[in-house]
Amino acid sequence: MMSKPVLPRRTMIEAIREAMDVMMERDDKVVVFGQDVGFFGGVFRCTEGLQRKYGEARCFDTPISETGIVGVAVGMGAYGLRPVAEIQFADYVYPAYDQIVSEAARLRFRSAGDYTAPMVIRMPCGGGIFGAQTHSQSPEALFTHVAGLQTIIPSNPYDAKGLLISAIENDDPVIFLEPKRLYNGPFNGHYDQPVVPWSKHALSETPEGYYSVPIGKAAIRRKGSAVTVLAYGTMVHVAEAAVTETGIDAEVIDLRSLVPLDIETITASVAKTGRCVIVHEATRLSGFGTQLAAEVQERCFYQLEAPILRVTGWDTPYPHAHEWDYFPGPERVGRALMQVMEA
Amino acid sequence: MSYPPLSLHMPRTMRGESVPPPNPHLRFAGAGEMRRPPVDSDPYDMHDLAYNLVRVLDDDGEAKGEWVPDLTAEQLRHGLRSMLKTRAYDRRMMRMQRQGQTSFYMQCTGEEAIACAFQMVMQKGDMNFPTYRQQGLLIAQGFPLTDMICQVLSNEKDHLKGRQLPVMYSAPEAGFFSISGNLGTQFVQAVGWAMASAMRGDTKIAAGWIGDGSTAESDFHAALVFASVYRPPVVLNIVNNQWAISSPQSVAGGENISFASRAHGFAIPSLRVDGNDYLAVYAAASWAAERARRNLGPTLIEWVTYRVAPHSTSDDPSKYRPKEEELNWPLGDPVERLKQHLIRKGEWSEERNVQLLAGIDAEINDAAREALKYGTLHEGPKASPATMFEDVYKDMPQHLREQRQQMGY
Ligand SMILES: Cc1ncc(C[n+]2csc(CCOP(=O)(O)OP(=O)(O)O)c2C)c(N)n1
Repeated sequence: MMSKPVLPRRTMIEAIREAMDVMMERDDKVVVFGQDVGFFGGVFRCTEGLQRKYGEARCFDTPISETGIVGVAVGMGAYGLRPVAEIQFADYVYPAYDQIVSEAARLRFRSAGDYTAPMVIRMPCGGGIFGAQTHSQSPEALFTHVAGLQTIIPSNPYDAKGLLISAIENDDPVIFLEPKRLYNGPFNGHYDQPVVPWSKHALSETPEGYYSVPIGKAAIRRKGSAVTVLAYGTMVHVAEAAVTETGIDAEVIDLRSLVPLDIETITASVAKTGRCVIVHEATRLSGFGTQLAAEVQERCFYQLEAPILRVTGWDTPYPHAHEWDYFPGPERVGRALMQVMEA
Repeated sequence: MSYPPLSLHMPRTMRGESVPPPNPHLRFAGAGEMRRPPVDSDPYDMHDLAYNLVRVLDDDGEAKGEWVPDLTAEQLRHGLRSMLKTRAYDRRMMRMQRQGQTSFYMQCTGEEAIACAFQMVMQKGDMNFPTYRQQGLLIAQGFPLTDMICQVLSNEKDHLKGRQLPVMYSAPEAGFFSISGNLGTQFVQAVGWAMASAMRGDTKIAAGWIGDGSTAESDFHAALVFASVYRPPVVLNIVNNQWAISSPQSVAGGENISFASRAHGFAIPSLRVDGNDYLAVYAAASWAAERARRNLGPTLIEWVTYRVAPHSTSDDPSKYRPKEEELNWPLGDPVERLKQHLIRKGEWSEERNVQLLAGIDAEINDAAREALKYGTLHEGPKASPATMFEDVYKDMPQHLREQRQQMGY
């Protein structure tokens, strides 16, 4: 038997950086820019070294104007470049919302394909870092609601690199959300336990060079038969911990791509388990979980043995001191798992 | 110490007053009075040009001063033809809207010189990022009128498949970017497009367009700051037609300052130009385009003009401005002024003008007849409803395929 090749282990930051490196190398139309991404290499180091390697015309710093960053990206995309724009924190994407919703998302449709916006907007998201109101938000529902956008959120280095490569190759605008609590290691919500580095996690093994992970395909992280857990980003690790701790034989699905959504994987799982718990960090009202619950309800109603439950952030702004009361940790997820099994 | 109660300043509305209001900071130089600086001028040496007015044609139709452009009689006649055609096209589209053949239309009456002359300095491959009021960019380059009308009618041959509001054309082959309903967005996109051209070592330039009212949008400022930082080859055009629907330009911040002068805070050279003077528009546009092509960076131009027409077919200007205002507008009618100039040069006559108008009417009638064959908004064929699910993404995702099926396709 051939032994499995040893792959390099990367953090999420390294994986993301490498995806841009690979794509900048392969396609000279790929350009990277945003606040502090050039000389400094990004406040999270995701673009470190790219300017040195590819020059200032391929990787550069921008003024602090989110609408400017996305607006020029739309213009560059129309010209024929493939911009990868960074918004420093997802919490600061709102000034660019008009350019994203009204322009990038609709350009292909409104011009009947005359012009397209083949761009990626990267943004660190999510909490668990004492980021409080403006360094913790999970605004994915604001993008999944917009026709013309694709919304992706990886949960590990392997996916982060492969999905970002797919996003950059994609001919439509992609919102690429990076859970910043996962940048340096998987985080299962046990904030009182020592930080685990990515090097201890199987999915930190990432091939050198080019590979891609297809957009629109979920990954089953744990096979199980009792209940289906739908999660993405940091919550995948939280859900896994909750499953281990409760001992419930749950099937944990990492959605990876919210739009387009992998309906087949979701429905096949719920049809098998008859139960579904949805977990996300974002607030609850009209959150993406609402959409997931509706899809499962419409498509799996007759297989359901229990009401669909959602474990989410509370409908409040993200607090500072009460971080761990707000963050949907393994205990809350575990309680939902037990509740859905009792029904 | 006590102070009197505070009160808020409300800009002069200009209601019942003639425009422009007397403003000691803004001058209207006579034709030929303004200097023409070298294209590589330092923006700091150009401040005077942002507070005055570059004009070439005087009241008698004579071309004067350093800005007189090098245009042949044939080029000038082309300009006249383009402006007349634009005006006639607008009239015809208004009629179609009134007759219920489409839902909506926007004229550019009085502003024809700006787009028509500007287009003449653009070269193949350059890109305009227009608003809904630059139809002259298409017409001046002979873009097929039938295609434009089909878009206005949202009919079977509408290249945009009935997806867009009338006048929101898209024409890459004509260097005309897809028009958006969201004001201001295109201004910063033009800067991005020009940045891309420079990043790639290309030779193409871009032009952004915005109205006076929309300069208040944040994308206007974003465009200026990015243009200031990276100095890409872009001409940033503000069409100051004095009105934004019912709001006078004073409400957009133009009460005591010119829009051209906004460039100064960004170290971008700027010009304030008579937008009803075809020669001045051509000359200023050439100056700015030359700067862009020589990698000297962006230019901001404020075109001073007047929105003679209602804002759109849904608007009634008599509710917010007096009719006399239009008649008292000091910069006159761009079409008449160029015509007078050509006649004065001995290159035109009233008879030839009548002939030209008849020819244009015939051309527009033919185009309209042809377009009507392919249906109107409410009658006749149009793109299949199934096409509404296309082009949302390059490849149709499953949820859209399902929705298309639910609709019966
Ligand atoms: C973001 C946005 N806000 C408001 C509107 C509604 N609106 C359409 S045209 C217009 C006035 C624009 O005036 P101006 O920029 O001066 O251009 P003009 O119509 O005079 O050519 C307004 C407020 C819009 N289309 N987009």
